Amino acid sequence: MRDGQIRVLIAKPGLDGHDRGAKVIARALRDAGFEVIYTGIRQTPQMIAAAALQEDVDVVGLSILSGAHMTLCPKVVELLHAQGQEDVLVLLGGIIPDEDAAQLKAAGVHAVFGPGTSSSEIIAFIRTAMAGG
Amino acid sequence: MPKPAPTQQLIDGLLKGDRLALARAISRVEDDAAEAARIVRGVFAQTGRAHLIGVTGAPGTGKSTLVSALAERYRAQGLTVGVLAVDPTSPFSGGALLGDRVRMTGHSGDAGVFIRSMATRRGTGGLARASADAMLLLDAGGFDRVIVETVGAGQAEIEIASVADTVVVVEAPGLGDEVQAIKAGLLEIADIFAVNKADRKGAGRTVAALEMMLETGGAAAQTVLHHGQRMEMEAAASEADAEEGWPIPVLETVAVSGRGVEQLRDALERHWAWLEGSGARSAREGRRFGHMLQTLIQAEVLARMERTLSPGLRSDLVEGMLRRQIDPYSAAAEMVKKLSG
Ligand code: B12
Ligand SMILES: Nc1nc2c(ncn2[C@@H]2O[C@H](COP(=O)(O)OP(=O)(O)OP(=O)(O)O)[C@@H](O)[C@H]2O)c(=O)[nH]1
Ligand SMILES: [Mg+2]
Repeated sequence: MRDGQIRVLIAKPGLDGHDRGAKVIARALRDAGFEVIYTGIRQTPQMIAAAALQEDVDVVGLSILSGAHMTLCPKVVELLHAQGQEDVLVLLGGIIPDEDAAQLKAAGVHAVFGPGTSSSEIIAFIRTAMAGG
Repeated sequence: MPKPAPTQQLIDGLLKGDRLALARAISRVEDDAAEAARIVRGVFAQTGRAHLIGVTGAPGTGKSTLVSALAERYRAQGLTVGVLAVDPTSPFSGGALLGDRVRMTGHSGDAGVFIRSMATRRGTGGLARASADAMLLLDAGGFDRVIVETVGAGQAEIEIASVADTVVVVEAPGLGDEVQAIKAGLLEIADIFAVNKADRKGAGRTVAALEMMLETGGAAAQTVLHHGQRMEMEAAASEADAEEGWPIPVLETVAVSGRGVEQLRDALERHWAWLEGSGARSAREGRRFGHMLQTLIQAEVLARMERTLSPGLRSDLVEGMLRRQIDPYSAAAEMVKKLSG
């Protein structure tokens, strides 16, 4: 656990333009006192991993509404681990069916948040995880 | 959570070009003053190689896009680039939304470009307190060019001049920029002007306005009557010119297409060579170190004050001021006396 501010990367992988959720979450986390690095749309897993490394983030948050989560998420997790960032908290939001969520959690995604999740729930989850819980 | 890496390991790693170590070292420097001291001590001897470039200008003029395009031009020459992109911390939440990176995509597969976003936290003047240290780390990490993008400068955010070798001021047409540049004091700190968004109407006028202001920086050339004779009087060179002899170029750029960016890079290279050749480089570096020292001493004195002075003293003095029994200057003197005594 570090004494400084919690740094979060919010990324939107995939080729679609559904960026509303990502922006809503980015702003909510800023307002909760986190430092949020927003990468914009159309990010490849490689771009996300490179940004996560250079920015030394504590949390990587992915927003996926396109249906491509089963290929994109495990790839991001794999790249993070390969570059020595096994300790980064990986969160996923968007349109994710329950059975996919279960599989992704087994593959190293720490939590999945669907439509209608309140920001405070997400903020509380991050705070608890960062406190070592 | 795993145990954090020992400081020495981060120092050794970043000096060897380990990018994760570099990234983590920058976080330490931001988060913790004692760690900053250890890390900077460990790398300082390896600094002084990189050309430190500051990019500033009003919000939305295209600084991030331009920095990204510039990095690309440097890469074309085989030079490596470290970027520090500073955005403001919200005074309400203490959080920050760092969005410069959105305009800096396209380097992700390239180990020769390293981009780091930084929130101002409690820093002033469009930079963070850790900005100067982070620049040292990027320098020590082996990057040939280190580019810092400040917060979109409103006014008088000229701190950048005391951390960079070369300052690029970015303007855009149609911002009422001629007035803005003067107000912000940006005219005095610019080594190079980039009039970005030159694809838009009015770029030529902005260039002309800037060039005119640069000429009148001292006093404009004018015709005067001298003992009844008409004479041309030379423009008095501005103080900066007299001191340094660098004619400040005003360049048009279109960051989104890359037009003019090569010329900007070339102007930066020329300035870098000129700094070296004229001796101005060490003068500027000396100023930079003086500034750093002052900042560190101020922080240390404040920290010592917090540690050593009884919390009651400050409130007693404030109480005295409320009753008009002691004035602010005497109260401050009282506190300083306690500190040194
Ligand atoms: C608005 C919308 C659009 C807008 C997008 C505007 C924008 N800039 O975002 C527009 C009209 C452009 C659009 C286009 C399309 N869309 Co659309 N769109 C939607 C819609 C109706 C709402 C999405 C939304 O913005 N919700 C509001 C935000 C705030 O909610 P959210 O993103 O879910 O985020 C919440 C959580 O998921 C979570 N969260 C999200 N991200 C993250 C990240 C982190 C880190 C965390 C912790 C949490 C988190 O927290 C948020 C707050 O609760 C959805 C249907 C739906 N009900 O979700 C379809 C939907 C996503 N779209 C869909 C489709 C198919 C399309 C199109 C392909 C349609 C077409 N044939 O042209 C195009 C794609 C165009 C393109 N190139 O991108 C499908 C996707 C199907 C799939 N997954 O298989 C959906 C599901 C509709 C459907 N039922 O068919 N769309
Ligand atoms: N037409 C045109 N648009 C440009 C140019 N350069 C940048 N832009 C656009 O201007 C907008 C702002 O660009 P940024 O690079 O984010 O500007 P910035 O100065 O870094 O902004 P802040 O960091 O918020 O102060 C974006 O939409 C860019 O695409 C240019 O040369 N021409
Ligand atoms: Mg910017």
